Amino acid sequence: MTTVTNTHYNYKVVRQFAVMTVIWGIVGMAVGLFIAAQLVWPELNFEPYLTFGRLRPLHTNAVIFGFGGSALFATSYYIVQRTCQARLISDRLAAFTFWGWTLVIVLAAITLPLGMTSSKEYAELEWPIDILITVVWVVYAIVFFGTIMKRKIRHIYVANWFYGAFIITIAILHVVNNMEIPVTLYKSYSVYSGAIDATIQWWYGHNAVGFFLTAGFLGMMYYFVPKQAERPIYSYRLSIVHFWALIAIYIWAGPHHLHYTALPDWAQSLGMIMSLILLAPSWGGMINGVMTLSGAWHKLRTDPILRFLVVSLSFYGMSTFEGPMMAIKTVNALSHYTDWTIGHVHSGALGWVAMISIGAMYHLIPKVFARDGMYSTGLINTHFWLATIGTVLYIVSMWVNGITQGLMWQAVNVDGTLQYSFIESVQASSAGYIVRMVGGGFFLAGMLVMLCNVWQTVRGIGQDDVETAATSA
Amino acid sequence: MSSFWSGWVLILTLSCLALIVYLLLSTWKVQRKDTTEETVGHDFDGIQEYDNPMPMWWIGLFVGTLIFSAIYLILYPGIWPGKFDGILGWSSTAELKAAQLKHSRRYQPIFEQYTATSIEDLQENPKALAMGKRIFLNNCAPCHSSDAGGTFGFPDLTDHDWLWGGSPEEIKQSVLHGRIGQMPAWGMALDGADIRNVSAWVRSLSGLTVNANAIEMEQGKALYSKTCAVCHDIEGKGNKLLGAPNLTDDIWLYGSSQPLVEYTVRKGRTGVMPPWNEVLGPEKVHLVSAYVYGLSNEPSIESSTTESSVEEKTNK
Repeated sequence: MTTVTNTHYNYKVVRQFAVMTVIWGIVGMAVGLFIAAQLVWPELNFEPYLTFGRLRPLHTNAVIFGFGGSALFATSYYIVQRTCQARLISDRLAAFTFWGWTLVIVLAAITLPLGMTSSKEYAELEWPIDILITVVWVVYAIVFFGTIMKRKIRHIYVANWFYGAFIITIAILHVVNNMEIPVTLYKSYSVYSGAIDATIQWWYGHNAVGFFLTAGFLGMMYYFVPKQAERPIYSYRLSIVHFWALIAIYIWAGPHHLHYTALPDWAQSLGMIMSLILLAPSWGGMINGVMTLSGAWHKLRTDPILRFLVVSLSFYGMSTFEGPMMAIKTVNALSHYTDWTIGHVHSGALGWVAMISIGAMYHLIPKVFARDGMYSTGLINTHFWLATIGTVLYIVSMWVNGITQGLMWQAVNVDGTLQYSFIESVQASSAGYIVRMVGGGFFLAGMLVMLCNVWQTVRGIGQDDVETAATSA
Repeated sequence: MSSFWSGWVLILTLSCLALIVYLLLSTWKVQRKDTTEETVGHDFDGIQEYDNPMPMWWIGLFVGTLIFSAIYLILYPGIWPGKFDGILGWSSTAELKAAQLKHSRRYQPIFEQYTATSIEDLQENPKALAMGKRIFLNNCAPCHSSDAGGTFGFPDLTDHDWLWGGSPEEIKQSVLHGRIGQMPAWGMALDGADIRNVSAWVRSLSGLTVNANAIEMEQGKALYSKTCAVCHDIEGKGNKLLGAPNLTDDIWLYGSSQPLVEYTVRKGRTGVMPPWNEVLGPEKVHLVSAYVYGLSNEPSIESSTTESSVEEKTNK
């Protein structure tokens, strides 16, 4: 252990974001469950506000930016303080990022059902909200990097490299992709058009996955896995090489979203090979995480938090293998536009992002609320099984649906006409949609168990308690 | 995209790759060979880091993907757009053209064998009708529904009511060259009461109960004769040369309620049937027209052969 210092950390903002992680998780996943139900029972589309088309972006924004974003803010503020042994440079700026970010998600929840959208996937929010996001993000960068600069430890821990890369790249992606000309307060048009618009959009879209949902969460992994396992990181060299390789290559993989489109051939080829090369850098993080746990495997029997972390790494490894494979053009010809893509995204989103965040929250919440541990380990275990079963049901049903759809769309009669009409492939998918909805239900149920557990853990907390939490190193 | 941007992307991607290869190889060279319990000496909030080497199989995987990619970029376009398009000379456009050529060579004769038979005579050929149905389901069903029953704004093809005529030739013309049905917007020319009255009159032509008194109906009728009859006919029977619907048969493309008819009068409507000649070619248009014609013209023989028996027959 390092020397114990009396650094008075800012845990208030960490507590706020930690609680909002749970709340936005439940909101976003509940919307997800509802739209999954709409695909089973189309009668659940209530025009105009509660239709699939308007709620789907609300689901994605709430889970990615609400749940995932809050988890990233909470853990990055926690980790940067503890691994730099320095308090955040400004409490007021940190508080601004909390209220600003929360306002962004609230505005998303209002404007998206109202039909206000720039129509860019994962960047649907209209220009006034885009500006608010930019301001909040710049302040976030100032707080994060400012804290790194006044660190009391000579080196910068690998988790902070990942958070740093995530913060810088998201700023660039957000600004470039959302260049738009406002027409009214509620409507703007992108400055890009045609294939360039599509290229920019998927450069953004893929790196929302690469930097928001991968680099940021690898930062989380690099702190909470060794902490929870109480083991050193397996290989410092591996972390250096895979960090630089990951951030240098991820940024070029976007064109695989545009295979077989108007995107020029050369750009499709380049996007494909960059996606393939991405396999090893992605797996570097998984190897480092899993190997860090070696020697602590026995802890898995008693520690469900560690189980969340291990399973998240397994899903991370699986989906980062699946991704490069789906980027190969011949595979993509089968998988593109099918439910396979949805399954792939959710093996990353539920299996990796949500599970690592949940594990991190169970580790962090007792620490920042001055408790010895979560209220109930049994409930964490219950949550673990609900989440795992839910994820597996989701992924498997979407694999089956996706491959079925891909094969049906390609099947031709002896006269060369398509064997199935589109609606027949929808009919063939109905069983999968039911299983997916059940899987989503399991996952949401797990989040509700988490809410109870968190509530029981933090209730009755007093000012003295949080003071103690913040002063213990 | 201009050559500047492709050059920009090229230089950046290749520099990224070169730097990563350099980093990988230089780290590989200096790292220890075996696993160790030794740390690199850092300590962050109690977390230490071992000085372990990168696993060999991982380096192998990395190098393997790099080699694959290098070969791929030699074979396919990617590395220098416009200057070097890969030694295979592959392009997606050429691949599509070749596939289309192969497709038409193989399948065109199957469709051509029906072109000489008239649409009426094809009604007695279940195999031809089954092929027409498949073409319909994959091209027409998105607007006209799988059962050809139509939806709001898209005509029902089974109800014996034809906007542009229901003879085999007229149906085929509609499919080949498309149709554009234009109902002008009268909102600027007529005031609210006019629109209400004329809509009521139009609805009464189909025998719908209307909420209007005799004077209003009289005004509606007068207005109809003056503005609508020119296309829809003085008796409201429509005009298939213009695609103007028959207003007396209680078949409504855009809804029959008073507010919807008023909306149609006020804002006008535009119905577009796209031309299919370019997409399907005349042979397939002939078959799909035969299928559509058959939906409202009972064939002389039983044509309810199941899909599977058709499959068998076609399967040589």
